[in-house]
Amino acid sequence: MKVSMSVNGKQVSGDAEPRTLLVHFLRDTLGLTGTHVGCESSYCGACTISLDGKAVLSCTMLAAQADGADITTVEGLASNGELHPVQEGFWERHGLQCGFCTPGMIMSAVTLLEENPEPSEDEIRQGIEGNLCRCTGYHNIVRAIEYAGAKMRGEEPAPAEWENA
Amino acid sequence: MSSTSVLGGVVRRREDPALIQGRGRYTDDVKLAATAHVAFVRSPYAHAQVGSVDTSAAAAMEGVLAVYTAADTDHLGPLIAQVPVGALRPLLNSGTVKHVGEAVAMVVAEDPYVAKDAADAVEVDYDPLPAVVDLKHSLSDEVPVHEGASNTLISWVGPFGADEAALAELQQGIEAAKQRDDAVVVSQEMTNQRLIPVPIEPRSVMADYQAGYDRFDIYSSTQIPSALAGAIGKYFGMSMNQVTVKAMEVGGGFGCKLNVYNDEVLVAFASKHLGRPVKWTETRREAANSTIQGRGWVATATVTGTEDGEILGFELEGIADMGAYSQNFTVAIPFLGLFVGSGQYGFPTYWKMDCVTTHTMTTDAYRGAGRPEAAYYLERIIDMYARRIGMDPADVRRKNYISSSEFPGAVSPMGFPMDTGDYATNLDAALETAGWSDLLAERDAARAEGRYVGVGLATYVEVCGFGPSGLVDLGFSWAEYQMPSAFNGSSLVRVHPDGSATVSIGTGPSGQGHQTTWAQIVGDGLGLDVERIRVIHGDTEEAPPSIGTFGSRSAAVDGAACYEATGKVRAKAARIAAHMLEASEEDIEFADGGAHVAGAPDSSVSWGEIAACAYQPHRLPEGLEGGLEAHAIFSPGNATWPFGTHIAVVEVDPDTGDVDLLRYIGMDDCGNVISPMIVDGQIHGGIAQGIGQAMFEDAVYDADGNLLSGSLVDYILPTASDLPSFELDRTVTPTDVNPLGVKGIGEAGTIGSAHTVVNAVVDALEPLGVTHIDMPLRPRRVWQAIQDARA
Ligand code: FES
Ligand code: FES
Repeated sequence: MKVSMSVNGKQVSGDAEPRTLLVHFLRDTLGLTGTHVGCESSYCGACTISLDGKAVLSCTMLAAQADGADITTVEGLASNGELHPVQEGFWERHGLQCGFCTPGMIMSAVTLLEENPEPSEDEIRQGIEGNLCRCTGYHNIVRAIEYAGAKMRGEEPAPAEWENA
Repeated sequence: MSSTSVLGGVVRRREDPALIQGRGRYTDDVKLAATAHVAFVRSPYAHAQVGSVDTSAAAAMEGVLAVYTAADTDHLGPLIAQVPVGALRPLLNSGTVKHVGEAVAMVVAEDPYVAKDAADAVEVDYDPLPAVVDLKHSLSDEVPVHEGASNTLISWVGPFGADEAALAELQQGIEAAKQRDDAVVVSQEMTNQRLIPVPIEPRSVMADYQAGYDRFDIYSSTQIPSALAGAIGKYFGMSMNQVTVKAMEVGGGFGCKLNVYNDEVLVAFASKHLGRPVKWTETRREAANSTIQGRGWVATATVTGTEDGEILGFELEGIADMGAYSQNFTVAIPFLGLFVGSGQYGFPTYWKMDCVTTHTMTTDAYRGAGRPEAAYYLERIIDMYARRIGMDPADVRRKNYISSSEFPGAVSPMGFPMDTGDYATNLDAALETAGWSDLLAERDAARAEGRYVGVGLATYVEVCGFGPSGLVDLGFSWAEYQMPSAFNGSSLVRVHPDGSATVSIGTGPSGQGHQTTWAQIVGDGLGLDVERIRVIHGDTEEAPPSIGTFGSRSAAVDGAACYEATGKVRAKAARIAAHMLEASEEDIEFADGGAHVAGAPDSSVSWGEIAACAYQPHRLPEGLEGGLEAHAIFSPGNATWPFGTHIAVVEVDPDTGDVDLLRYIGMDDCGNVISPMIVDGQIHGGIAQGIGQAMFEDAVYDADGNLLSGSLVDYILPTASDLPSFELDRTVTPTDVNPLGVKGIGEAGTIGSAHTVVNAVVDALEPLGVTHIDMPLRPRRVWQAIQDARA
């Protein structure tokens, strides 16, 4: 069957079997391999994308269910060569090591900050509870999201811990 | 926070721009035309005789290219193990399967969905047999895992190198101490449970056999590309130069991606057989039941000491679970524990671990690999002893440390020379940072209010960054994979004619930031901006022979090789620059992208100009060869021995057994630090995995050998809301075994943390009389311990 949707601001369409998962459609049909598969069973969050403004797990949806949807993946976050503040935060605050959880983590953080522009540390931690990271112990992911939040509010982010000598 | 880098300055990671924009390339992202896809048929039984394997229905399905069974692949032989003690894994098994998840058949199809359907359509008859899962049961040899063989593969006894007479004398000495009037003997059996490594990226491999050239390109999420290349060469009768292995981005490894796996060999086999690229990516369930697991010890730790805190002897006796087959290092993992069996202490230590097989997946190196287990037993029992004699746990430790005055030249009671150490300074720094006496006072105040707050402390020493090269003679080479040594670093630094540089290196990082760190080392040595330096790693075609990333070795061993190769390039460039500037070689300094005469910054040449000269031999000084590159193999004089002190504060809800981790303080010492940012990140992740073991994670097999925690629903990983922000600082005791003075840091966090948390929880429950709870400290187990103590 044919499915069409808007992905990262572009109208796209492609063939999908009725059982094709959305994440496979994005990765294999559209070649957008930034969205990762960590478990295919809705527990790790690596496949998180934004669909009609909400963070959703693209491994728990069929491509067919996304017909007509408006999707943003991690590839679509930066605009005109400018990183999204959340991407910048992850870079500036060492919010990633292996980077495998990162696209999903960033997508969740974007939604989190859209819904709550000034989250406390606890709110950040709860907001990314559905995204597992095995590398960072979440410490610098929290710092990265704090950095992004400050930037998005037009404030000066707190200095990096390693600059605090 | 000490932010001093030996190289000066923090550099944002160079690998990040691709990764934060979804443009990193992991193995499963590679697309080659006409790629076929694999699914495996795996045993649902822990121990069973395989009867018929009927592949006809699967083979007849549309889109299925081949269905392979053991009959097709047995000629290749079993899976190569680096320490081949015990039975080796058949690539596919049509005889007696030995664990749930063992591969019986392999399906290759045009499409991954079709491959899975076809795997379901393969009909296998199994005749189930009794399984051995319990370690004590295995030790009894009542049910052999492998017919006709003892379940005990090897027993590691320490101190290392002690003969029977020396061991007997040691044991008699400890026995005599137990008879002293003032002797306090504390003993506890404890489980250090099995864990599943769970990198978030599942393992993935793609093989592309090119018949026209008779060569393989293999893409794999491996930590050791060269080992896989060597193995593939052996299996298919090819030279090392006919096989290229590329590990691109690797999404976490933690040791489980340093094995060569049967699936990698099988995918290569299928590619060669079918003449097209073949790819397989494991499912999360396969990651649980057919990628190696870690830990899995049951042991009794005993401390004998005096009433005033002098420890007279430590004994550890136990059993370690090897699973069904030996893979890469399997039986050697407890031996790594033996290395640090006496920790940073000087007391006599007797240590014995029996390595037994069970009908479960193989165990092997998981972050820390033997050292977290060894540290756990030691640090738990010392804590129990401190409690028994009513002494501050920090004071007991300090009293028994190997003194800093014994370095250099200290030899641990286990018989190993140690590089550098200053344990008391590190402990005191941790106590100061944490505000130790205030913490204890706050705990006591909380207790007075009826709250169950606990403070836990533990210290550790680890051993990593292995050399010296001579360890090869103990059997720890990489020879089975055609690599002569596992103990050298190797790096090639090349300056291109335009003055940019490339570092080629055999490390296989999975998040450690080598793109950044190697460029920093080379850039610092050449006075060249890191932006002008490209790092190529994880690619056997580009890298000089080397052995990947594991055992917290990369910075101390391969980083040192980068440093030395850079030194060689700089020395040659200095001769060229001196010639060009008509100055003396000794006066040449490198900075700002070129060389200048000391004290005369205007008398300078850029790296581009030096390189242009280097590639025109007629312009070079007499006797100098053309070109501007150097290779260095670095062989360290010893392993490195990082150490540290961790402190945790917890509160336990006595009604639910819920443990709330309130604070976590780490004071680690990994010698000099190249990037404080990356080092702290490694510690964060390591601590999180140790806390994961302490509080959540458990690879549970039932008595029949079924894996009950094969998905992320039942194998519980810490989430962001389970953990606090970590409070880190460091002491700096440089090593003398490499020119950078750096020790390893990849595993330290894990080695220091699990017991710290358990010590804290037991401290919280001290008023109830709880003395020990086995990990993981999930609410139910903690609640039960509280009920038992109250009963
Ligand atoms: S891949 Fe979708 S939640 Fe893990
Ligand atoms: S950075 Fe590796 S899983 Fe999060």
